[in-house]
Amino acid sequence: MTMQFMLLFSRQGKLRLQKWYVPLSDKEKKKITRELVQTVLARKPKMCSFLEWRDLKIVYKRYASLYFCCAIEDQDNELITLEIIHRYVELLDKYFGSVCELDIIFNFEKAYFILDEFLLGGEAQETSKKNVLKAIEQADLLQEDAKEAETPRSVLEEIGLT
Amino acid sequence: MPAVSKGDGMRGLAVFISDIRNCKSKEAEIKRINKELANIRSKFKGDKALDGYSKKKYVCKLLFIFLLGHDIDFGHMEAVNLLSSNKYTEKQIGYLFISVLVNSNSDLIRLINNAIKNDLASRNPTFMNLALHCIANVGSREMAEAFASEIPRILVAGDTMDSVKQSAALCLLRLNRSSPDLVPMGDWTARVVHLLNDQHLGVVTAASSLITTLAQKQPDDFKTSVSLAVTRLSRIVSSASIDLQDYTYYFVAAPWLSVKLLRLLQCYPPPEDAALRGRLTECLETILNKAQEPPKSKKVQHSNAKNAVLFEAISLIIHQDSEPTLLVRACNQLGQFLQHRETNLRYLALESMCTLASSEFSHEAVKTHIETVINALKTERDVSVRQRAVDLLYAMCDRSNAKQIVAEMLSYLETADYSIREEIVLKVAILAEKYAVDYTWYVDTILNLIRIAGDYVSEEVWYRVIQIVINRDDVQGYAAKTVFEALQAPACHENLVKVGGYILGEFGNLIAGDSRSSPLVQFNLLHSKFHLCSVPTRALLLSAYIKFINLFPEVKATIQDVLRSDSQLRNADVEIQQRAVEYLRLSCVASTDILATVLEEMPPFPERESSILAKLKKKKGPGNLPETNDSRRNGKVNGSTEPSEKMESSNQCFPSLFADLLPTNRPRPAPSSSIMPSAGTVVSTHPFTDVLNLNPAPSTGASLLIDVFSETSIEASTEMSEDSFHRFICKNNGVLYENHLLQIGLRSEYRQNLGRMYIFYGNKTSAQLLNFSSSVTSSDALKAQLNVQSKAVDPVIEGGAQVQQIINIECVSDFTDAPALNIQFRCSGTLQNISVKLPVMLNKFFQPTEMTSQDFFQRWKQLGDPRQEVQKIFKAKHPMDKDLTKSKIVGFGVALLDAVDPNNENFVGAGIIHTKNTQVGCLLRLEPNIQAQMYRLTLRTSRDTVSQRLCDLLAEQF
Repeated sequence: MTMQFMLLFSRQGKLRLQKWYVPLSDKEKKKITRELVQTVLARKPKMCSFLEWRDLKIVYKRYASLYFCCAIEDQDNELITLEIIHRYVELLDKYFGSVCELDIIFNFEKAYFILDEFLLGGEAQETSKKNVLKAIEQADLLQEDAKEAETPRSVLEEIGLT
Repeated sequence: MPAVSKGDGMRGLAVFISDIRNCKSKEAEIKRINKELANIRSKFKGDKALDGYSKKKYVCKLLFIFLLGHDIDFGHMEAVNLLSSNKYTEKQIGYLFISVLVNSNSDLIRLINNAIKNDLASRNPTFMNLALHCIANVGSREMAEAFASEIPRILVAGDTMDSVKQSAALCLLRLNRSSPDLVPMGDWTARVVHLLNDQHLGVVTAASSLITTLAQKQPDDFKTSVSLAVTRLSRIVSSASIDLQDYTYYFVAAPWLSVKLLRLLQCYPPPEDAALRGRLTECLETILNKAQEPPKSKKVQHSNAKNAVLFEAISLIIHQDSEPTLLVRACNQLGQFLQHRETNLRYLALESMCTLASSEFSHEAVKTHIETVINALKTERDVSVRQRAVDLLYAMCDRSNAKQIVAEMLSYLETADYSIREEIVLKVAILAEKYAVDYTWYVDTILNLIRIAGDYVSEEVWYRVIQIVINRDDVQGYAAKTVFEALQAPACHENLVKVGGYILGEFGNLIAGDSRSSPLVQFNLLHSKFHLCSVPTRALLLSAYIKFINLFPEVKATIQDVLRSDSQLRNADVEIQQRAVEYLRLSCVASTDILATVLEEMPPFPERESSILAKLKKKKGPGNLPETNDSRRNGKVNGSTEPSEKMESSNQCFPSLFADLLPTNRPRPAPSSSIMPSAGTVVSTHPFTDVLNLNPAPSTGASLLIDVFSETSIEASTEMSEDSFHRFICKNNGVLYENHLLQIGLRSEYRQNLGRMYIFYGNKTSAQLLNFSSSVTSSDALKAQLNVQSKAVDPVIEGGAQVQQIINIECVSDFTDAPALNIQFRCSGTLQNISVKLPVMLNKFFQPTEMTSQDFFQRWKQLGDPRQEVQKIFKAKHPMDKDLTKSKIVGFGVALLDAVDPNNENFVGAGIIHTKNTQVGCLLRLEPNIQAQMYRLTLRTSRDTVSQRLCDLLAEQF
């Protein structure tokens, strides 16, 4: 499965996560995003989840208010990509506990970390839900340890002034 | 605020994100961001050293701002500093920032690489993974240079943790894709293949992607993966659904891994080993059987995963194209999906069936679904599904169903979405021509096309109908009658006026006997459209009028009046004016005889490939259509590019404005070349010149089109690299190389010791290929034996376009090596390097020699010295078909001698190799042994090196 990129965007067309597995300039990335968000949002609910776009195949699925949209190559398998999306949603769901768009907005870095454990270079790295979450939880544990060692944060930060 | 905030949660970041979300307008958001950027900048610049936590928080804020779509021009250094933090959480954010925001700032790259190096050496699996993820995410050349040799070591080391192996495998894959030249192959490759045997399914999953990518490039090095993959696959498909524990997904055993293994197997032909082949067939059968079992779950995930494996298995079956029963079963399965209630499955079934349609084993089976597909065209609500149905109808079309399919497409065209109309027009035009038994049907179809979708009928389509009518005298009367009738419609499309004007100008006499279409009636009909038409069409009509003067002297006066009128003679458009002046003068001064000669009927067009195909092919280029579709099919069917014969000769005859209608040698008026009239200034857009096609579309067109129809090899693209060299031993034309960016086609011709090769570089993308260069290099030894000169090629290839390079070759003495063709270009900012072996081999310089049996054996004996003979005994790699063998031997370049060998199962041939220095006579004999599936090949020539080389080359072919 050679995924070229994955985009998460809301019904309002706001980009929530972008992962590019091919080198592209920022300008190109923005253009692609704009075009695709528009194309996908214009489609009706019962339409099929695949479409041809430029020389790529787009596989997308909507979960609540979020669209998950992947671009794969010509020879790639659409259905398995659809389930890649689903597995990623499951991972997010399990990690955040019933995930919603806000979780991804506020913890965008976690969404990226989870994705990196699951997909790397556009290919499935680890498809076992248990193993991916184990890796993330181990990392979280490292964070907890590190946090305890940190100096107490200033009061100013607590109210968001720094 | 989020319901859950896991991990450390940076409060300052959360507050900032909330603020942004609360901004009521874009301006407010920008204001808030600028405030934050100023704050961060001052913190970074401040005297007080920031602690790790603050640094992490600010870097994270910058990242957030960047992901919102704003530019970030600082903070990189702080992010790099985080990389060397010993706190995991800081390091992690540092890596994330680098992965998302890296730019090729060389100082930083050095620092980043340093940090990565330390983490890779840390032996801490979590740190190692972070570093590997970063390399895989960035994948830059600098990183490849620094780590490409280190990662294979990590991957195959015995003590590497599983999770690190997984990251390392995919990291290597990414580097191999971005900078293949920097990833060294070595003894690790053999050990990588064995990862397919690993106990940890996650490792197998990651490794199988890597192996597939490597095997696509160097199939020979990874051949052993075939048996391992089959074994693995067989274990998965026969396992009970719970055996694989967490790798079972909604009751489907390891669907991702299964798909990857099936994909890997598509890099290879069916296994030669009968047992292995049987085992694979069994797997495929099991997968097909499972599709018939009742679902284990009602969840869509279950059926998707199961069908993902099924579709991949079908792709493999199609790729192998060797098991008729499997192909027919696959077709039946897809047939069921065609009526499935899931839109996704209907879509995929239509798509997959398109490729099945091109297999000889399943073409008929696909055709049985025609009614369902036609129904899909009429009832599907999603345009992308309807598009697939159009594609499939096109793919399944043959002589038996062409009339039905063309009729259905025409009727769909009436209501088709605007986005796909032009493409349907092209498809109809191609099918109508390809399967026309009866050209009246063809003419009707094209006129219908113009009537229904005139705006979408491109020049290529109406040029083509004229070419065909001119060339076939059995249809000319019918065409004249039909266009005459069509022109009666009160409102007809301008394209119809063009076709009508041209055809009546040539063949109006064929219907002039009928008083309802007498010359004057014809003229009045055409002229009634004149004022509604654009300038190029009017120009065309004027030419039709002068032809009328020759055909029908009785309307001469009427036409002269028209030509003489101020609206022509003083037309603002210089082309119209010139035609009016010249035609009027011609009609006044020339005698009837001269007129008859000058305005003689057009000679037939040289038979050429249809330019419509080129157009369709071009359209399918990326970016032209929002929802384009069958680039996949085109890609696959691209078997051989055999550029049109006319290509290079055509440039000699530069089009004269008058040459078309006035086939004389009259010199062309000098100024007219600068006043080409049509809207575009390009010569080829001029309707007259192009109808004649004296100036065939720039080479792009002429050669691209053929591949759409050469339905020969489906599997071409995968096993190209080294394999393609061998495919050219017995043929001169075809596709040498193909990837997703570029297709390299080849045509070559040889005479005695000289050769000329035309290389065609086709840009498959919609973007330009820049800094394109291609050169031919030879080893030092080869340089003395083979003289190769290549002409320079344009540095820019436009999207979808094709350029040609000519290479001249002189064989000085016999040789073994092959020159390399090195191509370099930039696409979407990335530098691409491709190196292919140029298929020039010794046998190309053969001249066949006929001789009698007696002569043959006399010379055979003369060449009896053991050094002159080379013999090889080998197993047949292909079916032992007599005709095929014959054509290969002839393709090899020797004369195939009948009735020479007493055993008529054997083949003997003779020829002379021409080199500049010498000529070498060669005799060959091939003895098949059908029972043992073996061959014995014997070569005798006067030079041992020649015998050896020829024997090696030819033995590859059977």
